[in-house]
Amino acid sequence: MPELLQFLFSGVTVGAVYALVALGFTIIYNASDVVNFAQGEFVMLGGMLTFVCHAAGLPLPLAALIAIAATSAIGVAMNKLAIEPARGAPVVSLIIITIGASIFIRGGAQLLFGKQIHSFPAFSGDTPLRIGGATILPQSLWVIGGAVVVFIGLWLFFTRTLTGRAVLATSNNRLAAQLVGINTNFVMTLSFALSAGIGALAGVLATPITLTSYDVGLAFALKGFAAAMLGGMGNPKGALAGGFLLGLLEALTAGYLSSQYKDAAAFVVILLVLFFMPQGLFGRKSVDRV
Amino acid sequence: MKLTPKTATLLVLVLLVALSPVLFPSGYYYRVGALIFVNAIAVTGIVILTGYAGQISLGHAGFAGIGAYACALAPVHLGLHPSLALVLGAAISGLLAFLVGRPILRLKGYYLGVATLGFGILVSMVLNNERQLTGGPDGMEVPDLGLRGLLKDAGLDLTNGQFWYFLCGIVLILGAWLALNLFNSPTGRALRALHGSEVAARTVGVDVARLKLQAFVISAVYASVSGSLLALQNKFITPDVAGFMHSIEMVTMAVLGGVGSVLGAIFGAAVLTLLPQVLTVFAEYEQLVLGLVMMLVMIFLPQGLLPSILRKIRGRDE
Repeated sequence: MPELLQFLFSGVTVGAVYALVALGFTIIYNASDVVNFAQGEFVMLGGMLTFVCHAAGLPLPLAALIAIAATSAIGVAMNKLAIEPARGAPVVSLIIITIGASIFIRGGAQLLFGKQIHSFPAFSGDTPLRIGGATILPQSLWVIGGAVVVFIGLWLFFTRTLTGRAVLATSNNRLAAQLVGINTNFVMTLSFALSAGIGALAGVLATPITLTSYDVGLAFALKGFAAAMLGGMGNPKGALAGGFLLGLLEALTAGYLSSQYKDAAAFVVILLVLFFMPQGLFGRKSVDRV
Repeated sequence: MKLTPKTATLLVLVLLVALSPVLFPSGYYYRVGALIFVNAIAVTGIVILTGYAGQISLGHAGFAGIGAYACALAPVHLGLHPSLALVLGAAISGLLAFLVGRPILRLKGYYLGVATLGFGILVSMVLNNERQLTGGPDGMEVPDLGLRGLLKDAGLDLTNGQFWYFLCGIVLILGAWLALNLFNSPTGRALRALHGSEVAARTVGVDVARLKLQAFVISAVYASVSGSLLALQNKFITPDVAGFMHSIEMVTMAVLGGVGSVLGAIFGAAVLTLLPQVLTVFAEYEQLVLGLVMMLVMIFLPQGLLPSILRKIRGRDE
């Protein structure tokens, strides 16, 4: 039993990171129908910039705050410079643009920060907590708590605030949203800032456990994308569920079957889910207008 | 006599393959040329899948991996000649594409993207993890094709670079010829119709599911042959050939050059194969420049490089 519990703990921790990345995918997808493959680079930037600021002597909370703000700014710049000019381009072109952006950011990070692996101290120490015979790092609780707080925050934002409802309206029908006076360009900017900030937060929370280097972004992007699709693209609940499900699948496969094939299990399940539920677990059936 | 676009494209290709060596200052350029052709073969498959039929694949490197490792494994374990191993690889890729394509081609857009991505990652994971068979991430050796020796005995003595340059060039011309024939055939027209609107194509009696599957299988065979030629040429292969970045490279080459036309896509393959060669001096900036090029071309020349350049030239003529 402690063994299973141990696998569950590690699965939920990794799953929380995936869920945060998947939430980032969802926000941008909702506002603009773009799947942003540079989402993983935001995670890398969050961890990396925090490390740099912390190494420069700033206290950790301030370093993290600067990293998140700077990453949000990069997200906004990416929207203004690369996504907005390509409005209405076909899906393949948008995939190439966002992957181009991710390669660009990775190349820049390699130039600026080098190829070393970095980390910074955990927020509440490294003494593992013992629960039911299994152990969990305090930092894991930070990661899981972070994902839950972000999800609740987003839910409140989208259902209880006027700005949040404007974002939802834009995702429903851009033209209609413009007609009722919603500034859809602002909605886009906001979505990229929010999404990049959430990605950076994931990086800040996870780096003490997973460490960071200039090239960690791609793996996060692929897993986050897979998690978002598993849950059903565009649905925040789906992103959260998809992320945790993917993390648990990986941890259980690694624990009971083969650690080499832990990534395989996740993708096999995604293929199976898509065979039987082409819209993902929580996605609504889309109807094409002809 | 007026040239049809098909004959014109083939003529340009034949002339390029035959005459470029005149300009090569050293044997090294044959190697780069052969690399361009190998990539262009895979990219021609993407033109059929994405350019004609409008379907996305983020996992075609998986098929290239199957082709490559067929040439590495079949001669050793099955005693097949490497050239037959290439055919075997293509057959396996085609069959696998047929089996996997059936369910996943019902998906659209990003969902198709993630499904093909998953397929590619599964293939590359098997190649990385089955160490006893594939040597894992360190890669493995590939037997010699043996054709160059035969040619030498027949009195045609080519350097290794020249041999691969012309062999890959000929395969590319064949591949382009088939793709161009397909474009003008009833199947090709039906594919382009479903690209325009799936519902409309179905309404006029096009068997959408079967056609998409056909395009998927054909493009998988192209990718597989490209992988095989790469493996045979380098006499060594690593699982990177099946990696996600290789899949992305294929799609980017095709779309960057102009996914609607065979020649455009081949042009894209040439540009993206040459880019790292040119940038070796600035190796640190390679990724930065590659990312920038991908974004700029897609934003400012959404039709792709070659169609945009051609339009500019024609515009000046008029």
